[in-house]
Amino acid sequence: MIERDYDIVIIGSGAGGGTVAQALGGLVADGRRILVLEQGGRLADHEFTGNELDMSDALYEDAGGFLTADGTMTLAFGRVYGGSTVVYTGTSLVAPRRVIERWKVPGLAHADIEERSRRYMVENNVHLLPDEELNDNNRLFVEGCERAGYHAEQFPLNVRGCRGSSLCNLGCPNRAKMGTNRVQLPAAERMGVEVVTRAEALRIEDRVVVARVRERAAGEKGAASEWQPGDYRIRAGIVVCAGGSVGTSALLLRSGLARAVPRLGEGFTCHPAHILVAEHPRAITNDVGHPKSFYLDRAEEEGFVLETCMYFPFVTAKNLTGFGASHSALMRAFPRLQMILVLACDRAVRGNRVAVNAAGRPVVHYRFTNEVITSLVRATRASARIFFAAGAERVHAPSADPPLLDRSAQDGLDTLISERHFQSGRISISAAHLMGGCGMGRSARDSVTDSWGRVHGVPWLRVADSSLFPDALEINPYVTVMALADRTAQAVRADARELLGGRVAPITA
Amino acid sequence: MADGGGVTALPGGDRFRAIMVAIVPEAAALSEDEWRNAASIIARAIAMRPPGVRRQLGVFVRALDVVAFVRHGRSLRGLSAAERTALLESLSRSRVLALRRGVWGVRTLAFMGYYARPEASRALGYRASAAGWAARRAPSASQ
Repeated sequence: MIERDYDIVIIGSGAGGGTVAQALGGLVADGRRILVLEQGGRLADHEFTGNELDMSDALYEDAGGFLTADGTMTLAFGRVYGGSTVVYTGTSLVAPRRVIERWKVPGLAHADIEERSRRYMVENNVHLLPDEELNDNNRLFVEGCERAGYHAEQFPLNVRGCRGSSLCNLGCPNRAKMGTNRVQLPAAERMGVEVVTRAEALRIEDRVVVARVRERAAGEKGAASEWQPGDYRIRAGIVVCAGGSVGTSALLLRSGLARAVPRLGEGFTCHPAHILVAEHPRAITNDVGHPKSFYLDRAEEEGFVLETCMYFPFVTAKNLTGFGASHSALMRAFPRLQMILVLACDRAVRGNRVAVNAAGRPVVHYRFTNEVITSLVRATRASARIFFAAGAERVHAPSADPPLLDRSAQDGLDTLISERHFQSGRISISAAHLMGGCGMGRSARDSVTDSWGRVHGVPWLRVADSSLFPDALEINPYVTVMALADRTAQAVRADARELLGGRVAPITA
Repeated sequence: MADGGGVTALPGGDRFRAIMVAIVPEAAALSEDEWRNAASIIARAIAMRPPGVRRQLGVFVRALDVVAFVRHGRSLRGLSAAERTALLESLSRSRVLALRRGVWGVRTLAFMGYYARPEASRALGYRASAAGWAARRAPSASQ
């Protein structure tokens, strides 16, 4: 086992880890050594090809095919330098006040989240796309919403020089998306923070991270690791876990932390989602332009959010219900397809949790509650109305049987699209907003950390990712992750003198 | 014939081709080279799955043969494409989650093998590229 010494080790390089790395980077000038461990590789710009299969392999955990324990939902999360910020669409929203207030985390105020969020939104060049860059897929959504009596809102996006490749979920091929791989991590590295890729944190011991650095496989995208392949024992005064809801929860579980914080792994939520498609009589621009420019927020009223989306042929095929001739016919209509992503606002419930198997690998237990199923069905009905109002001829509704509805079905949507047709394991459901597992709260009796990401009873161990969410956020989470990670970094700076000894830089908010 | 670790690595071996045609009818028109390419995509995806999932897939595909024999008196490959599609459709509606999951798993692999090939994407009219709007708005760009 190779030995290494650092003051601070950050595990994960996504919205949480990247933010902490940059926020603590100034400590390097004071002589502190800071290390970021990232499980995935560091890709060169030319390696972002937009090829569906190659990029899924290179950017996602399990190539995007990570399944829940009962195999009824696919969870998508990044495993690359920059984490999930490499594969999201850059939609940038501040957490709703009602959600932060409902979380009831002592010491966590919405105003604080908002202030930090807006700071990172400026840093990431968040803005609204101009009209001329909107594609038909998005315009039809807005028009359909208006005609159906809804009000669509435009997503602020963190892009700079977006060329409209539509390939955001496969990693932007034009360096336009301002993820941590483009903004915070390079800034941290310029300040002297070390980032080691292909390095998996196996477990955490007392102020020690045991990690394994993988060799780059033949043909694999990305550079070789900055360290020689092998097992490492890394001593650290402070360890910050930012491997995401699943990654951080699993790491702490296999490190035996559940003895200190029994709620570890609990409270998992994920905004379960369907992809819905509708067929228009003419070709529309759907595979060019930013794919996710508008949304309809019905979270408070009906428990769902609709977002425009555009996926690639295999992902689209997988997410349509059924197979055979009718499925093929819909796929052949690809240039005429409009797409909507429906997300259910789930709640943290008993039993939905992250666990680990005998080998220490993450296992996510998730049961669709009646409330989630009802939200997805309501969302599907609303989407069908929007599709038809936008001029679609046929709508594919997974919670209908048969799933293809033509315009003559418009008056009967409430009965045709129904909970009784929702059959898990038959309908494709996926999730990319993975939250919870190390929820914030008052004490170890009700949570894993405090509102500053400090693990209860383990002062040198911190969390800075979406696992901190005690319940679902009801919007796209990356900005809130950055805000919470900023708080974690602030607390690390505040505690550094005590935990690391010696002089440290002054605390700044 | 060497298959580059493709066909022989599929769950249920060459049975999978019969399943794939039932799921994506266009797959019947794949040339041998195209089929080997599709099979290698599927085999690679399976190789990345946990051992337990790989075992379950293999068992499920073999079980389909048994179900085909019980219902039709013939193996899966002995059924017409329409009969295979109907059999899979009935299992996808089963009350037993394991059967629904099994169908979902093989259909996912079949879709991957077929639609993740760039030539299949192009045939659908999918044209996303790094050039984005510039490629569509160029004078030479045509629908």
